Amino acid sequence: MMLGKTAGGLFWMFRYLERAENTARLLEAGWRIALTRSSNSENEWRSIVTTAGMNVGYEEKFDSYTAANVINYLLRDKDNPSSVMATLDQARSNARMVRTALSSEVWEATNECWMSIKAELARPVSERNLHDVLMAIRFRTSVVRGALHGTMLRNDIFCFSRLGTFIERADNTARILDVKYYVLLPSAAYVGSNIDNAQWEVILRSVSAEQSFRWLYTGSISPMMIADFMILDRRMPRSLAFCYNEIGENLRLLEETYGTRQPCQDQSDAICKLMRGHTVESIFQHGLHEFLGEFVKDTTALSSAIEQNFRFYG
Amino acid sequence: MKQNATFFDEMLATPGDVRDPYKVYFDWFENEDLKRLRRKSEDAEAFFRRIGITFNVYGQDEADERLIPFDIVPRIIAAREWAKLERGIEQRVRAINAFLYDIYHGQEILRAGRIPRELISGNEAFCPEMIGVNPPGGVYTHICGVDLVRTGEDDFFVLEDNVRTPSGVSYMLENRETMLQMFPELFTQLKVRPVSAYPQRLRRSLSDSAPASSPNDKPVVAVLTPGIHNSAYFEHAFLADQMGAELVESHDLQIVDGHVAMRTTQGYQIIDVLYRRVDDAYLDPLTFNPDSMLGVPGIMDVYRAGNITLANAPGTGIADDKALYSYLPDIIEFYTGEQAILKNVPTWRCSEPDALAHVLANLKDLVVKEVHGSGGYGMLVGPAASKKELAAFEKKLRAKPSNYIAQPTLSLSTVPILSKAGLAPRHVDLRPFVLVSPNKVEITPGGLTRVALKKGSLVVNSSQGGGTKDTWVLGD
Repeated sequence: MMLGKTAGGLFWMFRYLERAENTARLLEAGWRIALTRSSNSENEWRSIVTTAGMNVGYEEKFDSYTAANVINYLLRDKDNPSSVMATLDQARSNARMVRTALSSEVWEATNECWMSIKAELARPVSERNLHDVLMAIRFRTSVVRGALHGTMLRNDIFCFSRLGTFIERADNTARILDVKYYVLLPSAAYVGSNIDNAQWEVILRSVSAEQSFRWLYTGSISPMMIADFMILDRRMPRSLAFCYNEIGENLRLLEETYGTRQPCQDQSDAICKLMRGHTVESIFQHGLHEFLGEFVKDTTALSSAIEQNFRFYG
Repeated sequence: MKQNATFFDEMLATPGDVRDPYKVYFDWFENEDLKRLRRKSEDAEAFFRRIGITFNVYGQDEADERLIPFDIVPRIIAAREWAKLERGIEQRVRAINAFLYDIYHGQEILRAGRIPRELISGNEAFCPEMIGVNPPGGVYTHICGVDLVRTGEDDFFVLEDNVRTPSGVSYMLENRETMLQMFPELFTQLKVRPVSAYPQRLRRSLSDSAPASSPNDKPVVAVLTPGIHNSAYFEHAFLADQMGAELVESHDLQIVDGHVAMRTTQGYQIIDVLYRRVDDAYLDPLTFNPDSMLGVPGIMDVYRAGNITLANAPGTGIADDKALYSYLPDIIEFYTGEQAILKNVPTWRCSEPDALAHVLANLKDLVVKEVHGSGGYGMLVGPAASKKELAAFEKKLRAKPSNYIAQPTLSLSTVPILSKAGLAPRHVDLRPFVLVSPNKVEITPGGLTRVALKKGSLVVNSSQGGGTKDTWVLGD
């Protein structure tokens, strides 16, 4: 037996933790490309902020995209309700709310994550200490994940936590691809310039996949390979297919636990089936931008169906 | 360690003369390295922060989470001392439950003229909605936290009965956990009675108080909290967790087929016992405060129909009323036929003209409290107040005398804390926790010792700079 509110709290706690981690990865990728100076860095920072979905708020406050402003806006700006700090505040509030459902290790890891990042972000982050701060965010959120895997029962509590993680991750990967979809179009492949290589690299880096991509694909790299890897490759833990596989599995476990099938499961299965029916070629034929737009929309709809079906709110 | 002759110190009765219960501890302490102890003290603070045992202070701009300072020197109570407290507390709690039943039914005590009628009828803490209501199992105060102070070897006084929603039990449990981790060697040398069974006992006590008729196979217990912004939220979550009960807020609850039910991922689940950590006024907007966002509309109807146990019952506040407090010895005698085992602090009821005159004439020597107050807010500690504060308080007192009672400034006993210079005496009180079910009264051996960390201060409330200590009750 689990309160609807508790299910909702777990779901959002893990969505927010995933979001904080993703924002840190994005900044890491942006920082990397700015360092190599292989492209127009103002454009890069703009696309980082756009991918994070914070461009409207940013532009209300700043006239131009500079490293210092973007870094501090994304990490700690009090005017940014989606900053890493605000996101971790939310994650911890939800964790406090569902404390009775968490093992003490998960709660303490979450609380320590919040305490240490709060201390790191108490003062403006300079370019000099950005790397350490981003490392700390990735490290602290990883400890929470480790505690979850190592200490929690595999029951409905676990399922709702995982659903939050993978809904957020699927949405994040799709947004990264959609902001950069134009550099992945086949026509871009023929350009083959350094600029495009840097663009591809930033995409892979923002999902921490540049290394695994290199392991799998040696020799000549095409944008189609990158799209295939990030959308359809089930070995890649941040690909859309991987995320949906996990979402489907956790919904199936909930069906088994509760003995009832919920409508959101049909929605999830439909999206899984759609992806299995696609090849990267057919996605490009369909239109990459269109495919990603529909995917984000479907994922949002699935998320609210989960919220309703499992009575997160009154 | 300096001794103040006017106060009873629980470790050193006279300088150099260590009292029995502290002998083993004192010897151990003498051989300890102060630096190591101070490091332990810092470890304890880090531990409390990590587990999040924090509280929010009302009236501060930033909703800051603060730690209640923890002192690593235990407060030690001998078996013989505890046995007397236990008897006294049980007597008091039984009398209070009999009084509450009477006051909401036949009102024999009023008819016998033992307490004045206007003390009840004109009292905000009296809950007319409870007249004629029979709480399941006949229990009104499932959980009490009786505040005791000590002034001498055999002198214990009850300061307050706390029969509404006493808090602090999570500190009793976490303080002990911390001490066990930090000083395991002490627990092998001393027979300290354990407190860790409290959550299981609470669970059983609440289950035993469940309504007789329930559609559930086993009683379903839930803890009702105002939410994560409440100052005691940690404790609410902690107790729910330890009992294996659900932690609910009012928006998780709904009345379904004449029962209180909580919204789960699979529909509504009927609750039998609600350990509510919200005040009466926020329980049911239909019956009490119509503006409350916290309550459950209609829950009082379910209660009156006998379909849910509310712990504690609504309307218990009348027994906690500070004006009524002075009648407790009479109440005990009336319902038990016995003399009160534990003493009451002499109390002047400012509603009475003679008493008011005395209080006004001696304000600088007295402690004056609001009759419905708690948490150390709105009280005057005469000896510690400035002339200006005294004058301001006098004005308030004259404007509404019935709102106040006054008591002599008690010479609270001291127990040493670990200060920069080593052991230093500080004033303490004690809140043991009492569980009442239809079958029995259980008192956990120990409780929350609150300590005024400021030298000379008599105010132990955490909201006013107090800290806590682990309380050790020794076995025979």
